[in-house]
Amino acid sequence: MSDAWSLFVFAAFVDNMPLTLFLGLCTFLALSRRTESAFGLGIAMTGVLGVTVPLNHLIYQGLLAPGAWAWAGLPELDLSYLSLIAFIGVIAATVQLLEMLLDRYFPAVHAAFGVFLPLLTVQCAILAGSLFMVERNYSLGQSAIFGLGSGVGFAVAVVMLSAIRARLAYADLPAGLRGLGIAFVLAGLMSLGFASFAQMAAAP
Amino acid sequence: MAERTDFWATLTDPLIRQNPVTLQILGICSALAVTTTLATALTMSISLTIVLTLAAAIISMIRRHIPDTIRLIVQIVIVASLVIVIDQVLQAFFADISRALSVYVGLITTNCLVLGRTEAFARHHAPLPAMIDAFGNGLGYSLVLIVIGATRELFGKGQLLGAQVLPLATEGGWFTPLSLMLLAPSAFFLLGGLVWAVRSIKAEQIEPPEHTPPVRPEPAE
Repeated sequence: MSDAWSLFVFAAFVDNMPLTLFLGLCTFLALSRRTESAFGLGIAMTGVLGVTVPLNHLIYQGLLAPGAWAWAGLPELDLSYLSLIAFIGVIAATVQLLEMLLDRYFPAVHAAFGVFLPLLTVQCAILAGSLFMVERNYSLGQSAIFGLGSGVGFAVAVVMLSAIRARLAYADLPAGLRGLGIAFVLAGLMSLGFASFAQMAAAP
Repeated sequence: MAERTDFWATLTDPLIRQNPVTLQILGICSALAVTTTLATALTMSISLTIVLTLAAAIISMIRRHIPDTIRLIVQIVIVASLVIVIDQVLQAFFADISRALSVYVGLITTNCLVLGRTEAFARHHAPLPAMIDAFGNGLGYSLVLIVIGATRELFGKGQLLGAQVLPLATEGGWFTPLSLMLLAPSAFFLLGGLVWAVRSIKAEQIEPPEHTPPVRPEPAE
């Protein structure tokens, strides 16, 4: 249990996707102007990461990993080079499915962040979640926790950044720093803050 | 002649005036993650430029045959196939750099820069201009990566491309490495500073203020 918790903390705070690993920065910066959209993005990220990472784990271990086809008499078959295409396909399909499910059963939620869902197909952080899962050899349970943790970490970071940016809306910044420039500086300061989480949990 | 200036403008515009990283907010993820040393920044720039140019060419060639509804999937699959090739080549011939880049080569697939340019430009243009536009954007991206990568390696380790440029204080020189430069926050600060510098020179890129503060009425005496 404590292992699971420390993996969660590690994924959410120590290896924070946008602030420590620079993943998903495009949406991180583009959608953090308003707190509502940041919140929607955070929830969507958590959902999609929590589903796709374990799903891709099953597909990788069942079909693509070296030796996965041993039962069919092909122990030397190594399809792992196909994993990029497979992962992207799974992510695109999951996003589409999630969108349809939300539209059918939770129209209010869908309306709240429907715009961001299709964007998530090309979100680096989501694909990176699956790639890290392969690189670090997580088990099925670990990958589920890792996916959820990364999503929560992303959500926390993006909501915090949007709150700071909202406070700065009236600030008198140098003209060249307005918008993108100050967002980078803020992200850098937050990243400094998140660096202090590094001692909280060791990489499992 | 007019043709040629058009091509020239398509090629040079993305370098600074329309730079994909500092103006269009495209492809930032990988721009920051791989810039701890100049060597990884260079490898990443070259890989991305190749993938971008080839993807633009292929997508532009088949642009009339892709149904609009599934074009995103088609584009992603084309990009992913190219990335797999690059990834395998790097693993085969540059094993060290490939390990240093870890998952970020694979992430070229979802680099918003690639999809952004194929979606915004290659889909509507003939192969040649599409390739030139893609190549120009690749160069603009490389420019940012190389500037940040060189700065971080120079001040973080006193090295450039692994060769000691500034003599270290521990070895009798005068330079004390700034280890902050090798950590994540410095990349954000440097890119923020770069954006500020570019916008100070190119004033037309400055974003309009989101809110104008209300004019305070003069206090009545």
